[in-house]
Amino acid sequence: MIPFNKYYNQFNFLSISLVVVSLLFLIFKGFNFGIDFKGGTLIELRSSDTKINVSSLRENLNQMNLGDVSVKNFGNQKDFLIKFENSDNKNIIEEIKKSLDNSFGNNFNFRRVENVGPKVSSELLKSGIIAISVALLLMLIYIWIRFEWQFSLGAIAALFHDVTVTLGLFSLLGLEINLSIIAAVLTIVGYSMNDTVVIFDRVRENLRKYSDIKIFELTNISINETLSRTLITSVKTLLALLSIFFFGGEILKGFSLAMIFGVIFGTYSSIYIANTVLVRLNVSQKTIIKEED
Amino acid sequence: MLYFSKLRIIIVSLISLFFILFASSNFFKTSNELLNKKINLGLDLQGGSYLLLEIDNTPVIDQKIQNLTIVIKNYFKEKNIRINNIKLINQKISFSVDEKFKQSVLDEFTDEESNINPYYPRFKSHQLDILEKNNSFIVNYSKQGIIELKTSSQDQALEIVRRRIDEIGTNEPNILKRGNDRILVELPGLDDPMRIKSLLGKTANLTFRFVTNNTEDSFGAEKLKYEDSTDEAVVSKRIILSGENLLDAQPRMNNETNETVVSFTLDRVGAKRFGKATSTGIGKQLAIVLDGKIISAPVIRDTIASGSGQISGGFTFQSATDLALLLRSGALPAPLNIIEERTVGPDLGQDSINSGIIALVIGFILVILFILVKYKIFGLITNVTLIINLFLLVGILTMFEATLTLPGIAGIILTVGMAVDANVLIFERIKEELKNEKNNLIAFDGGYTKSRTAILDANITTLLAAIILFFMGSGPIKGFSLTLGVGIFTTLFSVYFIARLLTVLYVLKNKEKKDLI
Repeated sequence: MIPFNKYYNQFNFLSISLVVVSLLFLIFKGFNFGIDFKGGTLIELRSSDTKINVSSLRENLNQMNLGDVSVKNFGNQKDFLIKFENSDNKNIIEEIKKSLDNSFGNNFNFRRVENVGPKVSSELLKSGIIAISVALLLMLIYIWIRFEWQFSLGAIAALFHDVTVTLGLFSLLGLEINLSIIAAVLTIVGYSMNDTVVIFDRVRENLRKYSDIKIFELTNISINETLSRTLITSVKTLLALLSIFFFGGEILKGFSLAMIFGVIFGTYSSIYIANTVLVRLNVSQKTIIKEED
Repeated sequence: MLYFSKLRIIIVSLISLFFILFASSNFFKTSNELLNKKINLGLDLQGGSYLLLEIDNTPVIDQKIQNLTIVIKNYFKEKNIRINNIKLINQKISFSVDEKFKQSVLDEFTDEESNINPYYPRFKSHQLDILEKNNSFIVNYSKQGIIELKTSSQDQALEIVRRRIDEIGTNEPNILKRGNDRILVELPGLDDPMRIKSLLGKTANLTFRFVTNNTEDSFGAEKLKYEDSTDEAVVSKRIILSGENLLDAQPRMNNETNETVVSFTLDRVGAKRFGKATSTGIGKQLAIVLDGKIISAPVIRDTIASGSGQISGGFTFQSATDLALLLRSGALPAPLNIIEERTVGPDLGQDSINSGIIALVIGFILVILFILVKYKIFGLITNVTLIINLFLLVGILTMFEATLTLPGIAGIILTVGMAVDANVLIFERIKEELKNEKNNLIAFDGGYTKSRTAILDANITTLLAAIILFFMGSGPIKGFSLTLGVGIFTTLFSVYFIARLLTVLYVLKNKEKKDLI
């Protein structure tokens, strides 16, 4: 049996530090919002001329008064991602097409054009935040119905940790937050919950079985009993996610990366956060027997 | 948990076969109507344009309220009530009347049968609010009145948008209302929405022109078809009135002829021209032409100088409503703004399909190998189940002709990854049971029973997340939550019916074998 409970304090300290640091990043550095949430225009270009590079493209676009233009390679040397803030000019795409054709010849294929107005982007952001909040609330209620409030608190602490740290990592690395990241965060919420519930289910079963074992020991037994399942499920979910990350194309990269972080944090938090909350709240056989009477 | 009746085996097999058949209909052409269904590819996979249009209602409301001042004036004039000092202040109409008329004016506005102020019984509200202040009346649109205005302008705009898009001839466009002032347009296969975008900003072309038998009309003439038949008429090119001269149009019941008509109101320029044309053209046919087709060509019976008139011509109430709607939209071109646009070229769509499928296949193989190494014969059972699960998922998506997006493919891969979880929970539990229990059958039974709550809880939590995503997410995200959500049901079905059946069959044959799992 692995003595997970030996390190409860150390890992609690680590988790709290991680959450605090993440929150600081979220507050002071903020997010690199994509056009979904910031508004603006995104163009994905493919050039058939290998001589065209990021700097020559940028130079050309800078002459067009687009404001803050970002030009990057996207996946490979011939694909480019251009982003700029909203322009009042309704024909801007057409003008960019003309300007690029004039400067570089007819070498571009406009593979993707996205334009999100300021009103829509703020609505998307709002509904994203609402979606995550509603998800957390529903999970809380579900666990409350299925278990006791101490468990509910443990699960929510774990969820909060996973969401905060994943978003903190995105902030730290300056990765783009867009609609698919919201989907990833919600899936992480589901996954982390899933993982926590399986261990909690075992904790509850063991609480009924052994009246003389303290919760400190009991959580450790439960974690160990479910450990092989936890690891197998994490590994194969990660296998599926890594496959999306490496082979699923540029568009799904952010989503699968967020999910990969989320699965790792979710597995960790089920062990070291959800359970330690039970320990600190001194859950005992009485906690569940009382409720069942 | 280990008992399976024959009937159950048959039902499970039939259900599985049914969905496998559906799933395979994506790859084969059949003449069978029921099976001739396919998963729709989202715009991100087949390429196409997604446009969200917002109707700018401010000019509509401005125009309506301005028009209303004239309507009010004329309405009370007919009732011999003089309206004084009528003017517009901040989108509100203010006017005063002699003391003795005050009550009757108020009554006109608050009567539920009111002609000037329609009452919406469903919302218990009039179109207009009226209040008395400093000896004068202030009239403006009620909350419900504004909503009615917005909904009606959305209906018109949607109709116009649909007609315009149909004219361009893109295949299977999807045009939907969003809220009460937005229109969503999805145009599959269109990689350059420039033309549609510029068309959507223009007004419908409505003209009033004389029908002429004289082909040597000094302005020239053209042969035009009727909207609802193959009949043709020669119509002068001289435009008496155009859509821009219309202020309003409404379906009405003509009390004298008991016929449904469309009544319209013209602006001052239009009224003058209309009056002149109708006085010189009595007995002639005036064609009402919309987008190059004649809606009707009534014979002018009288001079119409009031600036309003009626179009009759065998309308049903529905067709009159439709025509009025079209005429109104000509008169009130509510500007459409494109507030969101997402266009994916067909080659990027194809790339996404390819990479999505590659990721799916590789992810699938990795998971299958991992499970096979880990659980041997039971891994094989799990993998067979997993493949059936995939067919079930695709089959259900096909049956409902759901839309598959790139995030939707990610959802399928994730389902593959997570689907095995239930089996892992069961097998790990059985392993634990076998530590204390020699009898294989009892251990397997215990494993299934004791792992059930954990499996249900785990799947319900994921389902909750998927449901929230489905209802709050937009576009591609919906596709992800759909496959994730449907995947949970197919997973539970395949784990508890198919995998369990196979497991039971194997265990029954190997009752005595040690270290079975």
